[in-house]
Amino acid sequence: MSPHGNPEVPASSAGAVESTAAKVPAGPETSSESSAPRSVWPLWEVFVRSSRGLSHVHAGSLHAPDAAMALRNARDLYTRRNEGVSIWVVPADAIAASDPDAKGSFFESPQGKDYRHATYYTKSEGVKHL
Amino acid sequence: MASQNLQSVPDQPAGPGAGDAQDQTAQLEAEGQAYFDRVMAEDSRIEPKDWMPAAYRKTLLRQISQHAHSEIIGMQPEANWISRAPSLKRKAILMAKVQDEAGHGLYLYSAAETLGQSRDKMMDDLIAGKARYSSIFNYPALTWADMGAIGWLVDGAAICNQVPLCRASYGPYGRAMVRICKEESFHQRQGFEILLELSNGTPAQKQMAQDAVNRWYAPALMMFGPPDDDSPNSKQSMAWNIKRFSNDELRSRFVGMMVEQVRVLGLTLPDSEVRFNEETKKWEHGPLDWEEFKEVLAGRGPCNAQRLERRREAHDDGAWVREAAAAYAAKQARKHAEKEFAA
Ligand SMILES: [Fe+2]
Ligand SMILES: [Fe+2]
Ligand SMILES: [Fe+2]
Repeated sequence: MSPHGNPEVPASSAGAVESTAAKVPAGPETSSESSAPRSVWPLWEVFVRSSRGLSHVHAGSLHAPDAAMALRNARDLYTRRNEGVSIWVVPADAIAASDPDAKGSFFESPQGKDYRHATYYTKSEGVKHL
Repeated sequence: MASQNLQSVPDQPAGPGAGDAQDQTAQLEAEGQAYFDRVMAEDSRIEPKDWMPAAYRKTLLRQISQHAHSEIIGMQPEANWISRAPSLKRKAILMAKVQDEAGHGLYLYSAAETLGQSRDKMMDDLIAGKARYSSIFNYPALTWADMGAIGWLVDGAAICNQVPLCRASYGPYGRAMVRICKEESFHQRQGFEILLELSNGTPAQKQMAQDAVNRWYAPALMMFGPPDDDSPNSKQSMAWNIKRFSNDELRSRFVGMMVEQVRVLGLTLPDSEVRFNEETKKWEHGPLDWEEFKEVLAGRGPCNAQRLERRREAHDDGAWVREAAAAYAAKQARKHAEKEFAA
């Protein structure tokens, strides 16, 4: 970016001149047009503990080449405003999830078991400290 | 949770009896549709692994990826001003805002990925000029006051648009929007403050502020999209609980808010036809140039080429970093494996 002048002037040719100068050729050319498949960084799920005493809660996901980078990226992406005191990153494919199509059968058992809730017991209503 | 395993319809059973398989697929589709319809009727949420109509998935993918691209391209007009910001404080604020916009792009790319599109594909589409993004970012930011007008009007319009999206029926999108909206409010306020300070400055500074408002007002109003009678997809999006209010409805609300706020700024809106319609109880504004809107969206705005070129350049410049990081990760993994093997 040039420190002088306004790069925002539309269709300025100055920008084009600048961009051809001082480019460091780095490694093998991988322009966006190259047809070689890019290595895809794995997906990580991010869990953030917002303060001591609370559990880690899922915040979102990101791509990173390894755990160390995933943690750094997670810090930059999900805790820019003191949202956390601790971060977990987990490879997304290491997470086993219940099958959404089996909703009914998998979660059926608590149904019809109201007696597992305090609200089921009404006879004690009005009794103090119960 | 963002995840792969995105197939909405379970694998078709492979076996003899192709007719059976077809019947079974049709039955699964029907069950899926019934479940989806129930979720819509209850105004509940669809999650990545749920069955969803192909058109719903496609619409969301288009909307979320375009939104992500807008955040990413949207960094440019402001990033270009960081080195010219008038004080260290303003530079720090502007950097924080631009960093937020990068974050917004990443939240949204994550949400889009849960619909089955790879991030690399989205990046490639953007760089190849195949993807759309908000027309607003193809206008140039000519003066420092533009940083004020962008924050106040552009982020302001974005917030108006985005708050209802926090309740979008697709879970990952809604959650991304909640996070984004929390962060956006500082963006609008810092813009407002820039304008307020200029407005209370020298006559030349005040003029600069007014000029910026004059240039950004109409493009900001057009951010809400074409008028309702020229927005064919809006109805379906509303039926799917993605969109909660029509383009014109949101635009009218926004105008009302700006009328109030521009007074505090001591500036004026460049629109003599702004008025509150007592009958409809809605704010009205003067005509907008929808031809210009279409031109800019079609890639013929003042800065389209520049924005894409810059994006391409940044992507190519970062290639060696991505490669180095991947190579390092591969090497570490190999070392780790060897150690495990030796032990
Ligand atoms: Fe944003
Ligand atoms: Fe935005
Ligand atoms: Fe913003």
